[in-house]
Formats: sequence, structure tokens, C-alpha cells
Amino acid sequence: MVPLNWYIILSAVMFSIGMFGFLSRRNLVIMFICLELMLNAVNVSLVAFSHYLQSINGQILVFFVITVAAAEAAIGLAIIIAYYKNNPTIKVDEINILKG
Amino acid sequence: MDLPITITLMDIRAIVPELTLICVGLIIMLLDLVVKKKDLVALAGIAGTVLALFGTYKLYGVTDTQFVFSNMFVLDGYANFFKVIFYINLILTICISIKYMEIEKSSFGEYYALLLFATSGMMIMASAADLIVLYLGLELMALSTYILTGLMRKQPRSNEAAIKYFFLGAFSSAFLLYGISLTYGMTGTTNIKEIAFAISTLGIADNPIMYLGLIFMIVAFSFKVALAPFHMWAPDVYEGAPTSITAFMSVGPKAAGFAVMGRILMGAFGDMQAQWVTVLIPLAVLTMATGSIIALSQTNIKRMLAYSSIAHAGYILLGIIAGTPEGLTASVNYLMIYTFMNIGAFAIVIMLRSKGFQGENLDDYKGLAKSHPVAAALMLIFMFSLAGIPPTAGFIGKFYVFMELIGSGYTPLAIIAIIFSAISAFFYLRIVVYMYMKDAEQEIVLTQSPTMNIALAVTSVMVLVLGIFPSFLLYFVRYSIMGY
Repeated sequence: MVPLNWYIILSAVMFSIGMFGFLSRRNLVIMFICLELMLNAVNVSLVAFSHYLQSINGQILVFFVITVAAAEAAIGLAIIIAYYKNNPTIKVDEINILKG
Repeated sequence: MDLPITITLMDIRAIVPELTLICVGLIIMLLDLVVKKKDLVALAGIAGTVLALFGTYKLYGVTDTQFVFSNMFVLDGYANFFKVIFYINLILTICISIKYMEIEKSSFGEYYALLLFATSGMMIMASAADLIVLYLGLELMALSTYILTGLMRKQPRSNEAAIKYFFLGAFSSAFLLYGISLTYGMTGTTNIKEIAFAISTLGIADNPIMYLGLIFMIVAFSFKVALAPFHMWAPDVYEGAPTSITAFMSVGPKAAGFAVMGRILMGAFGDMQAQWVTVLIPLAVLTMATGSIIALSQTNIKRMLAYSSIAHAGYILLGIIAGTPEGLTASVNYLMIYTFMNIGAFAIVIMLRSKGFQGENLDDYKGLAKSHPVAAALMLIFMFSLAGIPPTAGFIGKFYVFMELIGSGYTPLAIIAIIFSAISAFFYLRIVVYMYMKDAEQEIVLTQSPTMNIALAVTSVMVLVLGIFPSFLLYFVRYSIMGY
């Protein structure tokens, strides 16, 4: 059996990759994918903990996270499209009307 | 594994206010298809809120602390008081937005439905006794607010604000989830009470993983309530969003974030107080400094009020740092006062917006006292209150927070807070100077409507009454938090 530690390390690495991607990438869609990666990293650790602790709560939370992530994707992409209609760019650096 | 799920009538009864808001929200979306005049939709929203308020009032009388849905949802004075803040916020927001959304040509029925959904999300957050419910409430609130921010979809400003809010909000949710996951892994439960129990019985208050989980959660809540250095989104989003939504989210999500912070930090992580206080103190100082100092250089009033709301988040945090029930009382008291004065200030900002005139620059306020003495006088009251000058309510709010802070032995922190409070008086009073001592550069037309006048009357009267007779509200807060 794979020990719990490995899962937790995997989850931490996935979360870090997602976070790094979110902070360093400049394309909105790629940033969005990185967000999903972070959420899924959390799901990995929740399932691992849930199995290890023999408690169902973690897995229930995972289902909710997946559901909310889907809703979030719908809203996020809708917002990106609404922006794109007015300003044809999805580069973060060019989204800079508001500043000061 | 056999998991019997029983939902009793008691469970359903406890969530009647939330259900009311969601049902009215759905009805509004249907009504929107047949009703041409959106005023009626807005009135339906107000009626639904009043109904939910009545439900909370009924539940308030019968319950002390009641756990329902298998200890997932709690009904206590603390939650109920926050719900009252959310209702007031919702009603006032609807009142100030009817005319405004018409001028912005974004008068959709969904606007009011989403306001109701966001508010029900906040209510679920305030009542959450389990981290799962907390997460769901937070997302319901956040997702609705993202859409509301980007509702003026023909305006690039609004689009941009929505993008910034969405990305940083979703980013902070991931942090919250990671914190929840670590806490769950260490304690084996997601229930707030059981987490506190596990921390004390397992003796893991010093565990670094536990500490990491706690910090991740604090980071996530700091994003939500806009504490520096996690405040970067706030000024941009507040400026770009429809002004009525700026008013709504400078109060609602902030109050919900603090409700959750109070419950999680004092409830679940009560044994780790030494750890979270050391994290929160630098955050509070940095927040007050950023809010007060950067606001000095703003020329757009919405941006200025955004920085002001960041500074206020710092003051509210001080009550939680005090770490006592009295400190929490002071914070909640401050939040209630802040609701009235902040929405009042935004109401005046909205009044200046008329067809073809943005009215968001500080220069637009020059000479307002000559052309519109009543509006100027009201703005004066709100600015005095935000600055914390007696006899307005803002002074009382700050006074109690600082008093509790000193009572808990954080005198240097209280002195720092008072210094920043004095600095922030400059930019509030600058508006007063502009209104009363400068000559108008152009003709200002105020957009008036009956609901707007009601909202202004309520907020200004409450700011003055709570400033002169503070004991009534304080007694009410104390009574609510007693069972907590």
C-alpha cells in the first residue's frame, strides 16, 4: 500500500505547481487551468486523508469541491468572454484600465 | 458503510430564512420574464428580505444555541445577529440601486435575484458549524458577487473588475480548501466544535502542519475581507463594479468573512490563540497603514472609499485580536455601525451619478453644499462617522474596539490604531472641505428617487442615533454573543 505521506507530498507539489503557474503565467485561460490544478491537488489530499482516517467527510467535501469548481468554471469563462467582447485580449498584462 | 440521513422538521425550520431568500430569488427570476418594470422586481426582493427577517426574528426568540443537520448548521445569537446585518445591507442596497441601475442601463431582474443568493450564502457562512457548509456558503456568496461585479457587461471597467475579483477570489478559495484539508487530516473531522476538541485532546496546538492549515485559512479570509497584503484586488474591483454593488460588497462579504473568522479562530482554533494572534497583529497594522496612507493620494471617490474600507477591516480585526468575547462584541458592534455609515456614503456617491455624468471624482464634490445643502450635510455626517468623530456612531465603534484592545493588554497596538485613525481623518475631511469651502466647477444634478431618500434617511438617522445612544445596540450585541 502506498503510504499517506506520498499522497500528501503529491498534493503539496501539485498545489505548488498550480500556484506557481497562476502567479507566473500571463494568459487568463492558462491561469484558470492552474486554479483547477490547485483545487484538484486539494482533492487528492482530502481523499487520501479520508481513506487513511476511515472517515467519510473528506470524500463528501471532494464532491462538493468538484461541483463548485464546475460552477466556478462556468462563471469564470463567462466573465472572460464578456471581457473579450469589449477588449480582444486575454493577456493579464493588458488588463489595466483600473489602477492607481 | 451505513449512513442514515435523517432530516427532521426542526432542521428545516432552522433554515427557513435562507430558504425564503433563495425561493424569493427564484421567483424574482421568473417574475423578471413577465414584468417590464424592474421596480416591482426590486420591491419583491425587499418584501422577501423582510419575510426572511421576520423568520430570523421568530427563530431568535426560541433558540439559545441549536445544532441542526447532524451538527452541520448552527443557530445561535451570533449567527442571527450577523444575519440581521446582512438583511440591513441587502435592503439598503436594493433601495439605493433601483434608479442607479436604470441609469447604467443594466436594470436586469437577475441583479436582484443574485443579491438575494449572495446574501443567503453569507447567512449560511454565519451559521456554518462545519467546514463543508462554510465552504459552500462562501462559494455561493462569492460566485454571485463575481457576476454582480461584472453585470454592466458593456463597460470594460466592469468586465475588468469582474476578472480581477474572480481570479483572486478563486485563488483564495483554493487556499481555504488546502487549509481545510490540512486541518481535516490532523484532526480527523470537519466539524468546528470537534476540531476544537481534537486540538485540545490530541495536544496538537504546536504541530507545524496544524499551524500551516491555520495560516492558509487566515490567508483565504484575509482575501475575502481585504486585509493587507491581500487587499490588491479591492480598489480595482470597488472602482469598476456598479457603485451599488460596491456598497453591497464593501459590507456584506466583509461582515461574512469576519463572522467566519470569529467562529473559526475563537471556536475551532481557540487553543491556538497564541499562534493566530501573532499572525493577525502584523496583518492588522499593515492593513490600517495601507488603507489610511494610500487613500490620501486617491482622486476617485470609489477608490478612496475602497481604501477606507480596507482600513476599517483593520480596526474590526483588532476586536478579534483582543481574543475575548468582549472584543468580539466590539468588532460586531463596529460592523453594524460600519454597515450604516458606509452604505450611506455610497448612497451619496450614487446620487451624484446622473445621465452622462460619472460623478466619481473628488473634484465633483466641490461646492456641493451651495447647490445641494441636504446631500452635503448627509455626506458630512457619513464622513465624520467614517473618520470616527463624535457624536457620530463611527466614534462609538472605534472607541469600544480600542477599549477592549487596551483591556486585553495590547496598548501599543491601540496607540498605532489611533494614529492611523487620525491620519485617515485627513482624506475624509478633505471631502468636507471640498463640499463646504470650495466653489463649484460645474453644475451638479442629483438623481433622486423615493427609495434612495428612504435609504439615506435610515442610514443618517442610525449613524446619529447610535452615536448618541450607543448602549442600545451594544446591549443587543452583547445579548446575542452571550450564548456563543
